[in-house]
Amino acid sequence: MTLTPLTQNIHPDRGPTGIVEYEGNGGYLAVRDTLANLNPSEVLELIKEANLRGRGGAGFPTGMKWSFVPPDNHSGHRYLVANADEMEPGTFKDRLILEFDPHQLIEGMILSAYTISANIGYIFIRAEYHTAIRRLRQAIDEAKARHYLGTRILGSEFSFELHVHVSAGRYICGEETALLNSLEGKRATPRAKPPFPQVSGLWGRPTIVNNVETLCNIPHIVARGADWFKSLGKGVDAGTKLFGASGRVKHPGCWELPMGTSIREILEQHAGGMQDGYQFKGLLPGGASTDFLVSEHLDVAMEYESIMKAGSRMGTGTMIILDDRTCPVGMIANLEKFFARESCGFCTPCREGLPWVQQLLEGIEAGRGSVQDIEILERQSRFIGAIGNTHCAHAPGAIEPLVSGLKYFRDDFDAHIRNQRCHFKSGDA
Amino acid sequence: MPIITVDGYELEVKAGTNLLDALLSRNIDVPYFCWHPAMGSIGACRQCAVVQYANKDDDRGRIVMSCMTAVTEGAIFSVDTNNAVTFRESVIENLMLNHPHDCPVCEEGGECHLQDMTVMVGHRNRQYTGRKTTFRNQYLGPFIGHEMNRCITCYRCTRFYQDYAGGHDLNAFGSRDRVFFGRAESGVLENEFAGNLIEVCPTGVFTDKTLSKNYTRKWDLQSAPTVCTGCSLGCNTYTSERYGELRRVHNRYNQEVNGYFLCDRGRFGSGYVDSPKRIRQAGMLNAAGLYDVVSKDSAIEHVRSMLANASKIKGIGSPRASLESNQSLRDLVGEDNYCSGMTNTEREMHAVILDVLRSDLNSPSMSEVENFDAVLVLGEDVTNHAPRLALSIRQATRNKSLKLAAETQLSEWQDAAVRELAQNQRSPLIVVTPMTDRLDEIASQSLRMSFGDITKLTQGLIDALTSDVSGEKQRAGSSESNEVVRGIIETLLAAERPLIVSGTSVGSPELLKRAANLAAALKQHKKTAGIFLCASEVNSLGVCLIDNHHSLESILDEAPEVVIVLENDLSLRLGHRFDSWIAKMPRLIAVDHLDHLTTSKADIVLPAATDPECEGSYINTEGRAQRSMAVFKPAGNIAASYHWLDALRDVTRVPSEIRAALANQFSELQVLDDAAPDEKFRDAGGKQPRMTHRSSGRTAMYADISVHEPKQPIDEDSAMAFSMEGNQNRSPSALRAYTWTPGWNSNQSIHKFQIEVNGSDVAANPPSFVFSDSESFCHYPRGNISNNVLIPQFHIFGSDELSAFSDELSQRVPLPYLRIRSEDAQRLGLTKDDGVMCDQVKKSTPLRIIIDDDLPVDCMVYPKIAELFELNGLDNASFVRIDGWHSPPAIITSDRTN
Repeated sequence: MTLTPLTQNIHPDRGPTGIVEYEGNGGYLAVRDTLANLNPSEVLELIKEANLRGRGGAGFPTGMKWSFVPPDNHSGHRYLVANADEMEPGTFKDRLILEFDPHQLIEGMILSAYTISANIGYIFIRAEYHTAIRRLRQAIDEAKARHYLGTRILGSEFSFELHVHVSAGRYICGEETALLNSLEGKRATPRAKPPFPQVSGLWGRPTIVNNVETLCNIPHIVARGADWFKSLGKGVDAGTKLFGASGRVKHPGCWELPMGTSIREILEQHAGGMQDGYQFKGLLPGGASTDFLVSEHLDVAMEYESIMKAGSRMGTGTMIILDDRTCPVGMIANLEKFFARESCGFCTPCREGLPWVQQLLEGIEAGRGSVQDIEILERQSRFIGAIGNTHCAHAPGAIEPLVSGLKYFRDDFDAHIRNQRCHFKSGDA
Repeated sequence: MPIITVDGYELEVKAGTNLLDALLSRNIDVPYFCWHPAMGSIGACRQCAVVQYANKDDDRGRIVMSCMTAVTEGAIFSVDTNNAVTFRESVIENLMLNHPHDCPVCEEGGECHLQDMTVMVGHRNRQYTGRKTTFRNQYLGPFIGHEMNRCITCYRCTRFYQDYAGGHDLNAFGSRDRVFFGRAESGVLENEFAGNLIEVCPTGVFTDKTLSKNYTRKWDLQSAPTVCTGCSLGCNTYTSERYGELRRVHNRYNQEVNGYFLCDRGRFGSGYVDSPKRIRQAGMLNAAGLYDVVSKDSAIEHVRSMLANASKIKGIGSPRASLESNQSLRDLVGEDNYCSGMTNTEREMHAVILDVLRSDLNSPSMSEVENFDAVLVLGEDVTNHAPRLALSIRQATRNKSLKLAAETQLSEWQDAAVRELAQNQRSPLIVVTPMTDRLDEIASQSLRMSFGDITKLTQGLIDALTSDVSGEKQRAGSSESNEVVRGIIETLLAAERPLIVSGTSVGSPELLKRAANLAAALKQHKKTAGIFLCASEVNSLGVCLIDNHHSLESILDEAPEVVIVLENDLSLRLGHRFDSWIAKMPRLIAVDHLDHLTTSKADIVLPAATDPECEGSYINTEGRAQRSMAVFKPAGNIAASYHWLDALRDVTRVPSEIRAALANQFSELQVLDDAAPDEKFRDAGGKQPRMTHRSSGRTAMYADISVHEPKQPIDEDSAMAFSMEGNQNRSPSALRAYTWTPGWNSNQSIHKFQIEVNGSDVAANPPSFVFSDSESFCHYPRGNISNNVLIPQFHIFGSDELSAFSDELSQRVPLPYLRIRSEDAQRLGLTKDDGVMCDQVKKSTPLRIIIDDDLPVDCMVYPKIAELFELNGLDNASFVRIDGWHSPPAIITSDRTN
């Protein structure tokens, strides 16, 4: 039995797995089996039992999310949306699946749609993923030709149409409700919750938005059962996860590993350790909008609760490594510049607060910082930092690297202000 | 009613509302920007943050937005806790990063919600040293100025413009801290309610150009509560003056009438008060055909002698003049010689409205219209003829979404969520009109028919409803029209509260009668069914009520020797008949404001005060008596018409005495005095102030003329004074010159004068409805259905008597056009943009041809504007092409309709 179900068909040297090969490896069997033998509530129970948690960042239990969809009263369309708007800095895990095993996503979406009685699906994908877009479209055509998509799929009562929607390109479109507004052709502004998309989503109809990786787990859980899935994880969390590492490691990349693999193992065994001449200083465990962790956290297991306890979040599970010769102030300034630029402009703390943070950080980095700037940064962090202070999670996430950076790299900030220059730039770190 | 705890105090609050609404309703100040009482919550600005505690043991709590938090039994909040206070300060601090701090040169200064909220949160020290975001401003038309740098991105403007008023050309562009609110390109804001942006914007992004051109701070304005005279709805306004000139018109909240919003005709259409065409002195026509200015006494002397030497004196009143002025004229000429100034057709139409209001049919107020969940518009061009009602009808179509929201356990005030849930689902609105209608875009069904066919359709609906009751078979007709009838009936009967809307813009008494019959038939099925009929002018119903005898035509037919015309340009009413009538008139005395076709033919002209210059009572189309107060005393010989007319018979009466005379003769008018306190009213021994207590420089205003401070004029007509002395906070709402309370300098202070948010005014006089709805409705017998070929199209800008005299508004009056179907164009050898002339008219203005195949067959349409008055009533007009004519370039291209 494979231990890497998500990547079993992925051979980057060979191009995408076509439908023939995909079926040959057992693909779409879960669809055939489910449509013939299981009813939606049985699939839902299976997913709940498997303890699958969302792989997009928040880690919300997928089965529970689906269970909030009201029962189908046949009053209109219901939607399933795959969030393939992978724009988190340092994150490139969904791209792997989208480019090399598109049928896995399609099969996952068919099964998920069946479970929540959705009749229309969208793959909301960022425009830069043009290879993936092309391959997805081709795969959808293949699946249609084999009647995995369309009306009365494989002779069952279930119908499901699937469309690829190419995003016009904003980071905030990855927020599920902003994604829905964008899909409706409106400004990509997140919506207030409640109501949750399960009740009033796309065009006011029941809608589920799931991450690509989350959806790709579904066929395997359906095919092999909840117990198998749970057994894949090393600790409390079930299944495998695509982990990644970027930064000055020897072998940056993306690997499918059991949930609960330690940071040290990922860094040392898979990423090959730090490049020669560089030392590990810290890391963002799950993309740019998570808190820094440092050397004391290297043995933390990559699972939702453990990382939370360590003071950060699993996020997308793709780490950005900070080395000892890169300026943390510069790094954080760069990240905040990104987040300030990507604010949708709806609520005040995010719209006005992040650009000020960016300006202050860039000032400190450029040698114009003052002690008072740190006070303002701390005040702004408190202002922006809590969920509930802002309309959506963008700004609280954005401020996490700053809050933790001030905690772990305060000396670097102070040195910038004291010396009125960045000591990394002159090489005297 | 749930009980919540706020900072240790238990408060009983409205159920189903949000915390912000509840706190403001209980007079607890919480700063806010994006929330609006009429538009609900979206949670954008984060200014109204408070702390909510999970339970009594929770001592940390969490920040919540009060506008987005429902009040539930036992909930515990703190407004004053440090966390919340600091957070709210941070919001202001951050909102101010890009704000230019240009208060000294900003038109909003002194009545700026952003200033008020900044002071309220106590944030003072600015630590931001970076550059500010700047924008290019746009030209948005003659009414509204644009200064985007002041924007704090609360999204109120686009929410009002797009969501509430249905506009399309104001949008939010861009993202992050560079969100731009404006049009895709410079140009006139198209929506008829765009002017409300001035009041909706919490700071100075959208400003009133009519005020800016001659700017005065709010605290230096002398104001009074007035009634808009732009149409029959009688929206409540504050009108303000400085240096003897009218400066601006603002909304005056009236829960039952206009709520928080006005139309642009009402807001920007008062420029006639200061028009160069204003008549400021009494004048007598001399032998050379010019006017000699004469003194007041000599004018009166001349009129008196003219009247003394004549035996047949007739008085022509006016539906745009106050009841007081009309009654004064009636007293002068005698009841038998007075007419309301309306034509036969106008009288007949308004008589139907009176009948309906007096009957047991359900006639809702304008705000109640919003509660009807199916609306059938029969013929009336609501947006152009009674504009503010169109805004209410737009809200009525939202009832479907509110119903859906309730099913989803979503509160009405969660505005964005409700709109996302309902998307394009609306309550049914059926628009049956001859011309493309502004409401079509939200209508479930639009039918284009001639007025004759609309009348027939109405009859079909009545027949279908009544035959259902008696079990008779439906009359035979074409299956297609039966289908339409069946569809409409189903819609009306499926609704909980169906509403019939029609009005006098159709020009057809027969259609109004059948609309009333239809409402009665519908009421047999649905007790809740209502009917709203729009009258023509601000006091059409008032004058209709006091004139039981004559139409304009019949008065003129009696060959009078002297005719006194009160505030009425007869050319607009008589149309092509005007010239021949005026030629027959031996002596004409006009009491009016403006140089128009009628006053220019008068032998003696007496300069009359306009509505903001004198007190007056008006009866709106709901049958509601309302009082409009004088804002300022006009200079020169100008006086209220009733004072002129009383002076002619050597009488001096204050308005309340004239109202007493009216009440004596017409028992229904006894309620007139209830509309507002009379001149004897005093608060703490004093009159009510028109000026703010901060009014500055009054003593120096005329220092260039004399260093001695002139004595303030005395107002003998009302309980208001031309003074800053007194306490407007305690004024009855009908005498309150402006809203202000400490800390609330902007119009947002209105909630301090409401019983609760969106409630009625704390000091409102009870609504004074003139008509009791006691009589049971008598069906009208069927009359003849006539069908006009040449139809006047009403325009919000230009179709009423006065507003087109305003500089800014005149730029929005459409250029003359003739809208015809392509087969008619072909028959007449015309193509698009050709110029035509009407050959039955002496000096016809060229009309530009517009091809419109949405028109019903055999219909031609021209704009109802003063320039084309001669086409009025001219049926079967024929038009000839003008060779080589080119349509004149519009002054502002996007300004002109079509």
